[in-house]
Amino acid sequence: MPRPNSRTLSVKAALLGALLGTAALLPGAAQADEQYFPLQSYRVGPYAAGGTGFFGGFIDYLTLVNNRDGGVNGVKLTWDECETQYEVERGVECYKRQKNRPGVAAWNPLSVGIAYAMIDDVGRDRVPLITVNHGRTDSTDGRVFKYVFPLLLNPYSESSGIVNYIGAREGGLETLKGKKIVVLYHGSPYGKETIPIYQLLAEKYGFSVEQVEVPHPGNEQQSQWLSIRRTKPDYVVLRGWGVMNPVALKTAQKVGFPADRIIGNVWSNSEEDVIPAGDAAKGYTAITTQASGAEYPVLQEITKTVYGAGKGNLDDKKRIGSVYHNLGIVNGILNVEAVRIAQEKFGKRTLTGDEVRWGFEHLRLDPKRVEALGAKGLFHSINVSVANHEGEGRVTFQQWDGAKWKVVSDWIAPDWALLRPIIERSSLAYAAEHGIQVRDPAAEEASN
Amino acid sequence: MTDLALAKATASPARRFSPALPGIGLLLVVAYGILPLVANEYLFDAILTPFLALALAGLGLNILTGYAGQVSLGSSAFMAVGAYAAYNLALRLPGVPFMIDILLAGVVAAAVGLLFGLPSLRLRGFYLAVSTLAAQFFVQWVFNKVGWFSNNSPSGIVSVPTLSVVGITLDSSAGRYLFALTVVTAVTLAVWRLVESPTGRALVALRDHETAARVIGIPVLRVKLLAFAVSSFIIGVAGVLWAFAYLRTVEPAGFNLDRSFQILFIVIIGGLASLRGAFLGAALIVVFPLLLARLGEALLGGLFDSGVLEMSQRIVLGLLIVTFLITEPAGLTALLDRAWNRIAGRFRRTGLPITG
Repeated sequence: MPRPNSRTLSVKAALLGALLGTAALLPGAAQADEQYFPLQSYRVGPYAAGGTGFFGGFIDYLTLVNNRDGGVNGVKLTWDECETQYEVERGVECYKRQKNRPGVAAWNPLSVGIAYAMIDDVGRDRVPLITVNHGRTDSTDGRVFKYVFPLLLNPYSESSGIVNYIGAREGGLETLKGKKIVVLYHGSPYGKETIPIYQLLAEKYGFSVEQVEVPHPGNEQQSQWLSIRRTKPDYVVLRGWGVMNPVALKTAQKVGFPADRIIGNVWSNSEEDVIPAGDAAKGYTAITTQASGAEYPVLQEITKTVYGAGKGNLDDKKRIGSVYHNLGIVNGILNVEAVRIAQEKFGKRTLTGDEVRWGFEHLRLDPKRVEALGAKGLFHSINVSVANHEGEGRVTFQQWDGAKWKVVSDWIAPDWALLRPIIERSSLAYAAEHGIQVRDPAAEEASN
Repeated sequence: MTDLALAKATASPARRFSPALPGIGLLLVVAYGILPLVANEYLFDAILTPFLALALAGLGLNILTGYAGQVSLGSSAFMAVGAYAAYNLALRLPGVPFMIDILLAGVVAAAVGLLFGLPSLRLRGFYLAVSTLAAQFFVQWVFNKVGWFSNNSPSGIVSVPTLSVVGITLDSSAGRYLFALTVVTAVTLAVWRLVESPTGRALVALRDHETAARVIGIPVLRVKLLAFAVSSFIIGVAGVLWAFAYLRTVEPAGFNLDRSFQILFIVIIGGLASLRGAFLGAALIVVFPLLLARLGEALLGGLFDSGVLEMSQRIVLGLLIVTFLITEPAGLTALLDRAWNRIAGRFRRTGLPITG
């Protein structure tokens, strides 16, 4: 009796038909001279505050380039969004769908989980994957991770940058000897990632370090802060996430630990982290790769021409110049400049992903070029190469004055030389495990 | 559960839309012969492979919940156990073929399932559901806490090794789909044998009336634990497929309570105590939100941003599921049976031949 089967078949066929039908409804193929940015954004779910700010800033910058310059050398920038809710399988679905549109420049998921799931695929599809300020630390080694770029800052550099800042504030790294630092970290893989690095830095500079875990989500920290009060550390490094950050600041105030001795990491540095803590956040200092504020020329232009014309992406104009928004703008600058650099070599047309990858590997923006882009003071510089996909990003520190962030340090360089051997050990192990041929940077530079 | 079973037994349709051998054969021909030729990467990686993995997890849970009547909210914990076990076996015993790894991963998941099934000997219904929640939280916590399971990877997220079976590398999307398909087919056939066997009937007897089952001589304790072990084994294998064939990365956060609920919904929407139910439910859970998202985007994408669209899709999806469960509480399987009977009945009345 074949009927049941044909019935199932027709159900399947109907589903398939519906699917193809909707696929046909999607925006048509990109025309010539378009460079497409697929955005796996998240505007829904627990991380929506970061997602709306970051992708809003990214889109605002792309809009600015299109409106002001007509694209990059006449090549229009296009994008569309696919909602991931920060969930890996949704990110994968977005990747598989969005990659079919021609002219993909680069992927920017802003999610470690999604980035991990894409590493194999971007290698096969030969398109760069950008994980600005986060991502897989060992992908800094571009000899192994050809298509992955943790631009500006990876978690190890972040830790080193924080210690360098504390040293500078105390009057030199040698004064760290005998000091006591507590690292309060989120009880997740992300939070635990830098445990060995703080150990290493403590040994190198002779301070003592105690690393205290706060279980997810971190809305109860009484016992951790009471033990911190007993330890009496000189500094507490806050490696938090979401609700853990304001709760940490409030509890610190309750036990009498001064906020200006708490230093936040890159996921504890936004307005969303401090405003809920109210007064308790006053004096709190956090690391960033991009200063906040809307006084930089590029932000002025975005406010005037993009938001002025009602084309801005943020719903709430007050968020212009906030930490996540500015990160999105800096990310936009880095992506657009990589395309521009690649165009100089390959021609002013729609580039392939691999050509854009070449652009990222030659993304060298010195402070002068950054100034020309209207971003002086917003971020320092970047210097990506085949071997170094992070690009020696500098960090700065901002203090919360109760209403806004104020820059309180110079641009500080992390100790890359100290970290590089650890990164290489991990990346070479990955290469061996996955049978990846390690690239020879010198030979590649010579052939270019 | 008992009411449902009763309703099912009394309203048993005259002509069941049952999986007959030729039917399965034809499905397999499509799945093996035609789909690999016509499908593209999107269809494989975004729809078919996750569908297969979730359907298998649903099948595993259906043995426990649908057939044996034990409610569990810990399914994704057992998926995690399977995924991490396979990862560690592949990592630490490189000489062992992957097919053996999968079986062993299933056995590890079964052992963990057995452990968390022990409370079922004393607890029932909601109380059991709550105790399986413990499995959910405990397992996720262990994988977060103990770095050994993720090979001390600094970020706690691990990339799994490339899938390779008897020397053939299956790293293309079609290869991974075919691998998942083969595993799912084999397990499904085994489960089919199981539920048709006296053991399968013992499971149902246990669900329908525990005391009565004990009276007619069914070893209730042993059957309960067997249900937990078999169910966890299958869900563990589904976890291996999820990690190795679908995402190719493992992280504890991917196996959270949401996933457990998702699997439970697959079983409830698809139809309890039915093999097809798991597949139909998984198809609905995987495909339907995607269709809705694409449709919403195509029709209204220019008007709203993706956040608003996403929220409205959730509302539509929730409403549809509620409506659908009100019309047919016994799940998609029953709906399909009914539709088929109506068609068959109409043919019968009009006198057209209905068998071919």
